Amino acid sequence: MQLSNMYQEVILDHYKTPRGKGLQSPFGGEAHHVNPTCGDEITVRVLLSDDGKFIKKISYDSTGCSISQASASIMFEQVDGKSLDDFNKSSDEFLAMMQSKGNFEPNEDLLGDGISMIGVAQYPARIKCALLSWMAAKDAIIRANGDK
Amino acid sequence: MTNTDSKIKLDIKKIQLDFPILSREVRNHRKLIYLDSAATSQKPQVVIDAQNNFYETINSGVHRGAYYLAELATDAHEHARETIAAFVNIKPEQLVFTKNATESLNLLSYSFLNATMKTKFGSVVDKRLILNPGDEILVSELEHHANLVPWQELCLKTGAVLKWIPITDQGLLDYSKIESLISPKTKIVSISHMSNVLGSITDLELVGKAAKSVGAFFFIDACQSVPHMPVDFSKLGADAIAWSGHKMLGPLGIGLLAATDELLEIMPPFISGGSMIETVSMQKSTFTKAPKKFEAGTPPAAEAVGLGAAVEYLQKIGMQNVHNHERHLTKLMVDGLKNIEGVTIYGPTDDQDRGSTVSFALNGLHPHDVGQVLDDMGIAVRVGNHCARPIMDKLKVQSTTRASTYIYNDDSDIQALLEGIDEVFRFFGTK
Repeated sequence: MQLSNMYQEVILDHYKTPRGKGLQSPFGGEAHHVNPTCGDEITVRVLLSDDGKFIKKISYDSTGCSISQASASIMFEQVDGKSLDDFNKSSDEFLAMMQSKGNFEPNEDLLGDGISMIGVAQYPARIKCALLSWMAAKDAIIRANGDK
Repeated sequence: MTNTDSKIKLDIKKIQLDFPILSREVRNHRKLIYLDSAATSQKPQVVIDAQNNFYETINSGVHRGAYYLAELATDAHEHARETIAAFVNIKPEQLVFTKNATESLNLLSYSFLNATMKTKFGSVVDKRLILNPGDEILVSELEHHANLVPWQELCLKTGAVLKWIPITDQGLLDYSKIESLISPKTKIVSISHMSNVLGSITDLELVGKAAKSVGAFFFIDACQSVPHMPVDFSKLGADAIAWSGHKMLGPLGIGLLAATDELLEIMPPFISGGSMIETVSMQKSTFTKAPKKFEAGTPPAAEAVGLGAAVEYLQKIGMQNVHNHERHLTKLMVDGLKNIEGVTIYGPTDDQDRGSTVSFALNGLHPHDVGQVLDDMGIAVRVGNHCARPIMDKLKVQSTTRASTYIYNDDSDIQALLEGIDEVFRFFGTK
């Protein structure tokens, strides 16, 4: 069944036991993103290192479908404690994968469990669900940097 | 002739054959089970043919051109107006064609804004259309955004204040609150006839009487009612009703506004330009009478003709028969959902008069995921907030799954949905 391409075990696992969920303080930037078609919502907080080059702490709180929740959990695992450079590489790779309609060889080093989201890219209505957390994180980082 | 009141059993299998899309396969070569008619309905072949026929045989500009084709096109356009007007028991000149119901409601709200603005610069307008700061507009908590946001916007531009009738836990208007919400300050009452989320039907007589008791205009969003039950404009006590063509078997891109002669006379134009004028000079223009006053620009004539064919199709079936059939399906659906453990139904669940739109939740699962698994089985339902976010807040949910029927749905579609829901629970291992 095609459906199991989207709902891979690893996705359902992140959905049922999300990693890193819960907003934390202190933080340097916060962004709240909404998917108006289905009402998914996420708030992402980012605390950057003093030189602005590392994500010291990323935290989030969210409500929504399995894809958006799993994506947030996977994103957290992948970028917490990493450099902004790494974040951008992962974020770009994830975006490229989601826009690929499924014709993509995802880089596991950059995406971690995120490679399991390749099946989601075949369902246009769900791409936004998968991207929500990444886009919110990007915004939170911009805001955290703006405070410097 | 309309087949009202007859208790005939409709031959749904035969009706389904009139809808070409119902014979196509969807995901995984599944048969399409379409349960999203509250969003948009499917189109019978006669509607598709009527629209194609317009383009193939009489396409030309309506209401302009003295040549043969232009006459035929104009006749077809106006014949459609007559058919649709008769369907809700009004005169053709009381029926305005718009782009969709949202535009119809904006036409109403902008009339107040335009009148209020124009009077500041010397135009003579009917005083009843002028809004002053502190005037009130009354809607309800179960409105579709189309009957909420235009009024919020109007308030922001005029200083009027928006009030709303709350809904009860059963998803009905809390009529006990009307008395305290309505006053001589109330200038407009605009209410949905049937909720597009919960299927609940509004007691229009009660709300209309309250509106009229303070001299307010009374408008109805009839998007979910006109396609599914007999609606007689003269019996609603309303100044205007708005609805869309595409939810009643007609083409996309055509909406409707039915209004009293008086309101159409006093409302200034909404969109202005060609076709809606009498005389134009560089200094000023005068406007033609309704409905053309509100139909600036080249009209979507093929869509109007297609909608006329849709109305004729519905009249042959009979609107009471449509409603009876859908009440039967609704009972089947509501009773079936009640019997599935882990399903929560929102809105009326007893056997009262209600629409065939049913919102529900599968406990522990997000509607988007529910819809995805149902889609895998060929079942099309709507998931989300259904353009009615305030109801979601009231229900304390983020979104719901919504199934809605029409004349082409049968018992097996409901059965497929109920079995599909079991499959959703199994798929996510929550049962």
